[in-house]
Amino acid sequence: MVEFGGYDMPVQYPMGVMGEHKHTRAAAGLFDVSHMGQVLLVGAGADVALETIVPVDIVDLGVHKQRYALFTNDEGGILDDLMVCRREADLFVVVNAGCKDQDIAHMQKHLAGQCEVRPLPDQALLALQGPQAVTVLSRLNADVAKLVFMTGGFFDLDGIPTFLTRSGYTGEDGYEISVAGDQAEALARKLLAHAEVKPIGLGARDSLRLEAGLCLYGHDIDTTTTPIEASLTWALQKVRRVGGARAGGYPGAAVIDQQLLEGAARKRVGLVSSERMPVREGCKIVDADGTEIGVVTSGTVGPTVGKPVALAYLTTAFAKAGTEVFAIVRDKRTPMTVSPTPFTPNNYFRG
Amino acid sequence: MSIKYTADHEWIEVNGDVATVGITVHAQDALGDIVFVDLPAVGKSFDEKEVAGVVESVKAAADVYMPISGEIVEVNEALRDDPALANSDPLKAGWFFKVKLSKPAEVDALMDQAAYDELVKNS
Repeated sequence: MVEFGGYDMPVQYPMGVMGEHKHTRAAAGLFDVSHMGQVLLVGAGADVALETIVPVDIVDLGVHKQRYALFTNDEGGILDDLMVCRREADLFVVVNAGCKDQDIAHMQKHLAGQCEVRPLPDQALLALQGPQAVTVLSRLNADVAKLVFMTGGFFDLDGIPTFLTRSGYTGEDGYEISVAGDQAEALARKLLAHAEVKPIGLGARDSLRLEAGLCLYGHDIDTTTTPIEASLTWALQKVRRVGGARAGGYPGAAVIDQQLLEGAARKRVGLVSSERMPVREGCKIVDADGTEIGVVTSGTVGPTVGKPVALAYLTTAFAKAGTEVFAIVRDKRTPMTVSPTPFTPNNYFRG
Repeated sequence: MSIKYTADHEWIEVNGDVATVGITVHAQDALGDIVFVDLPAVGKSFDEKEVAGVVESVKAAADVYMPISGEIVEVNEALRDDPALANSDPLKAGWFFKVKLSKPAEVDALMDQAAYDELVKNS
């Protein structure tokens, strides 16, 4: 057990990180991610209001559609990343555990008078991830199979009311299930009763998301990284960029717009090694001449890839896929290749 | 010759003036699935408690300390190729390196099985 975001969390269950990781890619893994912050933005003006603090198209988000978003600061840095799902009468928002108090305060400050910011501290969040997640969850309610990636809805799961989305943090098909805290254990036990489902700890959660090329806040993105530098430009819809109908109007828009036009001096990239040595957070990256060109922000040996994989920020001139660079690990150079992410193919259900 | 232990969870088995060193069952269990070992160069000398190697799992990297002073005379090449040996057979096939002792008296200060078991029980 380790302390994480103020919660006492399991790094692994008896199966171990490697086994849990592979099980999730092959069958279904159950994650208790109740430490994450769940918040409702209630009111007709919630979408317009939220767009004043994220560079993302919320207004055009259809009912029960979900979207990835970022809170930015005045310098264009990232305060947190979040998921937003529009429901009939509100926006359902999930933020990171370590940032949730500041995120709630941030939303209350900027959205006051436009919508109600309603934290849901008594809601638990369970994630069921993996190719057999749909098989298992369909046994509790067949209608969940009709959802596609990044959509959600209200579903009774064997009598337990939930709001769930078909999304996650593993690169696999799966669901994130918001359930009343006092019914979370009962639901978790129902899910774990199926032979396909095993409990998964924080260790495999990290290796799964890393292979999927997904950022971990506080490591791969933070207040010093812009969405452009972080290679999250895809998250900024055209309608919010220069020339779009609702361009700008969020903190740091000037910096981000300029980087969208001119590019950034550094970029987040994937790195893969053909050697065995893991390359971890904090390792410096150098070019063939030994000149420092970047730093690793996450890294391990990918259990599915079978090779060391890492996310790193590199000087843009070295950020092209296929570029050969070197990581410095314990004063030794190990060769790495700039690689597209995800490192393992995504397995999302798009219908 | 019996096996002795360090508080850093290495084991050492002394045979004459050469000792074999590895990590304990408890150490490999705490680390989880081992994916990489960094072994010292043969011929290199270390003082007691110096870092002589590294063992890494998916989730973490840990230093391997020299239990006693001496010169590396052999390393386990099989472990380099199959680091999981340190999980599956930590006390036999998963050994790390062999050391020629330069200060044999240091061995007396290491923990015996009972003392190490007590340490693990209380950790």
